[in-house]
Amino acid sequence: MRHLLSTGDLDAATANLLLDTADRLKQALLGREVHKLPTLRGRTIVSLFYEDSTRTRVSFEIAGKWMSADTINVSAKGSSVSKGESLRDTAATLAAAGADCVIIRHPASGAPHRLAAWGDRDSLEGHGPAVVNAGDGTHEHPTQALLDAATLRDRLGSIAGKRIGIVGDVTHSRVARSNVLLLATLGAEVVLVAPPTLLPVGVADWPCRVGLHLDAELPGLDAVMMLRVQAERMHGGFFPSAREYAIGYGLSERRLALLPEHAVVLHPGPMVRGMEISPAVADSPRAAILAQVRNGVHVRMAVLYHLLAGAPEVQG
Amino acid sequence: MTMLIDLLIKNARLYGEGDPVDVLVRDGVIAEIGPGLAAPRDDNDTENDAEVIDAAGLVLLPGFVDLHTHLREPGGEDAETIETGSAAAALGGFTAVFAMPNTDPVADNAVIVEHVRRRGDEVGLVDVHPVGAVTVGLAGERLAELGTMAASAAQVRMFSDDGHCVHDPMLMRRALEYATALDVVIAQHAEDPRMTSGAQAHEGAVAARLGLAGWPAAAEETIVARDCALARDAGAALHVCHVSSARTVDVLRAAKAAGVRVSAEVTPHHLLLTDAALTSYDPVNKVNPPLRTGADTAAMRQALADGVIDCVATDHAPHPAQAKDCEWAAARPGMLGLQTALSVLVHTMVEPGLLDWRGVARVLSERPAEIAGIADQGRPIAVGEPANLTLVDPDEPWTVRGAKLASLASNTPYEGMRLPAQVVATVLRGRVTARDGDIRK
Repeated sequence: MRHLLSTGDLDAATANLLLDTADRLKQALLGREVHKLPTLRGRTIVSLFYEDSTRTRVSFEIAGKWMSADTINVSAKGSSVSKGESLRDTAATLAAAGADCVIIRHPASGAPHRLAAWGDRDSLEGHGPAVVNAGDGTHEHPTQALLDAATLRDRLGSIAGKRIGIVGDVTHSRVARSNVLLLATLGAEVVLVAPPTLLPVGVADWPCRVGLHLDAELPGLDAVMMLRVQAERMHGGFFPSAREYAIGYGLSERRLALLPEHAVVLHPGPMVRGMEISPAVADSPRAAILAQVRNGVHVRMAVLYHLLAGAPEVQG
Repeated sequence: MTMLIDLLIKNARLYGEGDPVDVLVRDGVIAEIGPGLAAPRDDNDTENDAEVIDAAGLVLLPGFVDLHTHLREPGGEDAETIETGSAAAALGGFTAVFAMPNTDPVADNAVIVEHVRRRGDEVGLVDVHPVGAVTVGLAGERLAELGTMAASAAQVRMFSDDGHCVHDPMLMRRALEYATALDVVIAQHAEDPRMTSGAQAHEGAVAARLGLAGWPAAAEETIVARDCALARDAGAALHVCHVSSARTVDVLRAAKAAGVRVSAEVTPHHLLLTDAALTSYDPVNKVNPPLRTGADTAAMRQALADGVIDCVATDHAPHPAQAKDCEWAAARPGMLGLQTALSVLVHTMVEPGLLDWRGVARVLSERPAEIAGIADQGRPIAVGEPANLTLVDPDEPWTVRGAKLASLASNTPYEGMRLPAQVVATVLRGRVTARDGDIRK
């Protein structure tokens, strides 16, 4: 694995290897007072964030630090980026300064792909820094999908054969895209539930099914993942009102009761309580939302480990 | 000093048909056509011997006419100038190009269009016909002085807000009505902007997967349908720029059958490339309208063969490296087209048998000249006609290298692609403007 750009690039063996590694790292750290492994000592990881983010940036930084890497955060504000420097020049600068890995979040879909291509083209060594996609536009967020998968494995025992619902603004969701691809690769049956205005034209080609009525789908689900509905969508005419959205697609206590006993509730955060998820559901033991955050650190440690520590490749 | 010497083209097959013949050009006009012609020689003045081109195995066509070129001057000289764009045109086999008005300042008045025309004449490699803006500043709010531009020394025959759609239906209606008195054509960039806000790619499976905001084909189809109704009522000539959607063809077919004065062009890239190329996120493939699906390219080819789409126009739209070597959303739409147009047309239309060389002459020369109403281009290869000619080697494939193209910009989606057919020589009113890949000053 040279880069992590899309979960679509992961075969089942590689995805499972990442999840197994995350598990082993979690066990290795369990009960330790000092959360520090020497694995990536001397490696330099730069986080390049062109969008505000708390959980993802913190999670990557903790993951790097727990493996003794040197981690540096660059935010688009307060750097030469705000002076109009191109993404390519910023990338070349970071590579020349010695970054082994660049974690990028960017509002443009595909920005990490460009970064990876430039790195390999411009570098004197023939390959640039490893690139990790930490969320690009409305494209993908692969480590989010991996941490969701880790959480589902913890809660459900396995993923193959399970039915997972993803509910909400699919069109604008990078979490949805990464999850659909990864969960399908891992053998799950994925059902998208959303108002038709929030499903992209072309969704029929995705490895999943589309359902339009949440109540009808809930009893058959092993897990349901609620997507955040961004405020600006409400003014875009995608649906009539927040109230009507919550009635049609929000996860209320009544709806929680429609889920099977064992089913898990996930949310990538940040949540809009009262919109896509009711406060009581968010705080219920059925919700694995904080477990997702915890798993996020281990999954990102596993990704960095496989990208930077020369971990054995899986032959697909 | 710039006395026109005679030109003798030996053993060319006109329109790729029949036995090879010789074509003698004198004073910019085709003087003789027949076997075994010889140029008159003057032993005391060998400097003025006729230029002889051995055209054995080559196809002679009327000079190409491009209704849709962005020469970028004034204002965008880091991507192209009238001089470099003219060179690219001549090397691509063109003897006339129509320069779109989205320059800086916009070509929405007589001063700018006359400047563009004059610069084209000074360079002298290709007839540069400025296209005038339909609305002031391309803002879509009020009509530009179409009459003044038409009556100016630039003799503007075609008006377009290309890059922008004249989307206000009442304004478009007025433009079409007004144009009828001037006998000019309104060329529409058909894109309903209310449906394409933020659009980055053809709305479909690829864009959905890549997380790129979709440009629905309906945004083109609805404007074309609306404009056909407006042109019908006004009795005006409407030209549809860069058709990209299969269903737009259905709209055009119906309108033509109903007698609407509508013509349409397709770009080489919409004949060849599809949105499958987008998975690398490399913005060399970013263009407006966007690359669509294989079903769309197939429909474009068929419509061009059937004549529902009248002609090929390049939409040659150079951008400097920094406008393409960036993330997809930040990149400018547009690609080079002048030097690859013939080869792409041969690859997509001639090789599969959808078009013969007579058809190539129709879609690259005769129809565009007719649509724009220019009398001295797109003429038959016959005695007494102006010698605007393009000589093509149909059997010589080449590999596209952006850095070797004449345009200032060098980014191209065809980089490294092997394409059939080369332009061997281009002749503008009897003068060789390009030969064997080199410009003749």
